[in-house]
Amino acid sequence: MTRKGRRLTLIASMLVVLGVAAGLVLFAMRDSIVFFYGPSELAEKAPSPGTRLRIGGLVKEGSLQHGQNKSMTFVITDSHKEVRVAYTGQVPDLFREGQGVVAEGVLLGRGQFLADSVLAKHDEKYMPREVADALKKQGVWNGGAPAPASNN
Amino acid sequence: MITEIGHYALVLALALALVQSTAPLWGVWRGDAALMATARPVAVMQFLLIALAFAALTHAYLTSDFSLLNVVENSHSAKPLIYKISGVWGNHEGSMLLWVLILALFGALVALGSRAMPEDLAAATLAVQAWIGAAFLFFILLTSNPFLRLAQPPIEGNDLNPILQDLGLAIHPPLLYLGYVGFSITFSFAAAALICGRIDASWARFVRPWTLLAWIFLTLGIAMGSYWAYYTLGWGGFWFWDPVENASLMPWLAGTALLHTAAVMEKRDALKIWTIFLAILAFSLSLLGTFLVRSGVLTSVHAFANDPARGVFILAILVFFIGGSLALFAWRASRLRPGGIFAPVSREGALVLNNLLLTTCCATVFVGTLYPLALESIAGEKISVGAPFFNLTFGPIFAPIMLVMPLGQMLAWKRGDLLGAAQRLMVAVAAGFAVALLFGAMRGGPVLSIVGVAIAAYLVIGSFAEVYGRIIGHGATAGVALARALGLPRSAWGTAFAHAGVGVTLFGLAATGWGVERVQAVKPGDRIALGPYQLVVGEIVKRPGPNFEATIAPMEIRSGGMVVATIEPARRFYPSRQMPTTEAGISTLGFGQVYVSLSEQNPDGSLDARLYWKPWVALIWIGALLMAFGGGLSLSDRRLRIGVARRARASAAQPAE
Repeated sequence: MTRKGRRLTLIASMLVVLGVAAGLVLFAMRDSIVFFYGPSELAEKAPSPGTRLRIGGLVKEGSLQHGQNKSMTFVITDSHKEVRVAYTGQVPDLFREGQGVVAEGVLLGRGQFLADSVLAKHDEKYMPREVADALKKQGVWNGGAPAPASNN
Repeated sequence: MITEIGHYALVLALALALVQSTAPLWGVWRGDAALMATARPVAVMQFLLIALAFAALTHAYLTSDFSLLNVVENSHSAKPLIYKISGVWGNHEGSMLLWVLILALFGALVALGSRAMPEDLAAATLAVQAWIGAAFLFFILLTSNPFLRLAQPPIEGNDLNPILQDLGLAIHPPLLYLGYVGFSITFSFAAAALICGRIDASWARFVRPWTLLAWIFLTLGIAMGSYWAYYTLGWGGFWFWDPVENASLMPWLAGTALLHTAAVMEKRDALKIWTIFLAILAFSLSLLGTFLVRSGVLTSVHAFANDPARGVFILAILVFFIGGSLALFAWRASRLRPGGIFAPVSREGALVLNNLLLTTCCATVFVGTLYPLALESIAGEKISVGAPFFNLTFGPIFAPIMLVMPLGQMLAWKRGDLLGAAQRLMVAVAAGFAVALLFGAMRGGPVLSIVGVAIAAYLVIGSFAEVYGRIIGHGATAGVALARALGLPRSAWGTAFAHAGVGVTLFGLAATGWGVERVQAVKPGDRIALGPYQLVVGEIVKRPGPNFEATIAPMEIRSGGMVVATIEPARRFYPSRQMPTTEAGISTLGFGQVYVSLSEQNPDGSLDARLYWKPWVALIWIGALLMAFGGGLSLSDRRLRIGVARRARASAAQPAE
């Protein structure tokens, strides 16, 4: 095969592969991407019930209630708006009231959310970034990293 | 005092890096052999100085010198010795120091190890390596200095994040960095080739061992990281498509592609420009990974701290090196003469297809990783791109690679016989169908798992079909076959093992579909059926560790009434950070694992637990070890080590073996 022919074959196969890849990416972008909202944004944007979302904020003090069979409800707040979250299953090690949390699941109705996974932080020092940003937007976050853990 | 020596050594290393980045290049420009000759000794000296700085920091950790801010923030006098050592790189500053240490190590190894290389190429390579070194030494000294002192040292340190207090920290980062940063040397070789304006098969012969070395370490580093996450996070997952994981996967994909085109270039003197481009790409993606992980744009256990100044600094380094190298590429690549031609159906053609698919895979990972960041900074929308996205994009593009892999091995260089190759793979195809029928009949379950193990079986058998054909064909007796097996170039064996490793990993991945998962509260005396086993829960005990308190729920694993193993899943509480961690209890039975992780203790004294039976799961990492082993075999091939320069020109003209 000539150099030109070879090059054409190469370019043609490249276009095919890239075309398939671009198609897959666009398809996946439409169906498997999840938006993240803080409670205030959620109230503002009001996505339709049934939308798959990630909700982040602080677990409101005193809002955690345990039900039967590992089910629980708690409130995610950014101190302006709140979302009530229902979840069944185990929570991560660092899930606590007053701490940052991200819940992924389906929006039910007004301010109600059914989570199928709950994520907390890896380390007591840091806030999930999305949560920190959501809190900053509401002017609650004191900026910068929280003070290092005291050691006593 | 030792700390100050270390700090001073680091500054001196920067000064030497600046010398090394300019003098040899000036020598290349002027054709001055004396200036070019400065590169090698300076590179070695620079490495020794950084090693001294690293030793000084390690010393501070070992002696718990709390007058150092870095030690205070990340260590504790009660921490076990092994974590005092690994804690040196369990933080931002220390890990950057490890980064430049390995960068300088590769520079020194090239300086010492490639005497046969043309002097100007060696000088230019080491100069480019020193540019990278200087940039990161500036970064460390200006924004991330581990040697900062405290005026009033506290009595005790804050301790290391308990998640990092694990043997994994001692192994995973050094391996990963050896891989990640190892690609710096192929980058430097590529830039040097562009600067010197010439590139041939001998260049590929110099570069390939280094690429292979970096690739082996990256493979091991990624596998180790995956296993660490698997046993330490307690969720039973081994790959989360987390941006930090993707950051290491992208250079691996580009590096794998580079490994294969370097073979084409070495044997056939073709695909030169593309090889150079991939060498630049692989390290650019390593730099991108460093940026993603170290700048604080992502929050994860890897992003130790957020400091905007650091992010901007690394971004500047990133832009300089990627932009600079691509500009150099655009300017000089046209001077490189195109090499040998080949038919689309040939070993070269198969490797081009491999490259096309691997780089496309890499591109999808790139899009999935960076799109959320781009969208957030442009539109302010936050999205998460997780496993569903990657399964849908990466999976379908990677699948053909696995189908074509054994076929590529069978094709001859220059012009191959597709039909003949396919015929010789009939056994492998039959094995695939047999495995599919076997697992379909015995286990049933998800179609994807059955297809997965079928492809895996085809891949493992197909990988060895080529060497098998070379050993057994033409009526060989046992003795002749053995002699032929030993006589085969080790790189042929290396290819077979590495490709089979992909199949083995795929088998482990596919078998996850047959796993069993239970989430329930456990209390002493409980008997829990889990897959083929029965778990019996023992008395829950509390046991103090060196710097934590553990709550342990020992369990017996029984099979048919016999105790086959015992596990001790535990929860630990680290008082110095007020933080609990989960220690999964894992027992490997055959290639499968019983995996139990504990959660909070309930008011009634029972413990919440996740219990998994994961059949064949160990194969995921065993496959990665096989890939690395194959790489090692290939690296030990005599051809790659001896008389490289002398024979390169001659063999470039010869037909391939």
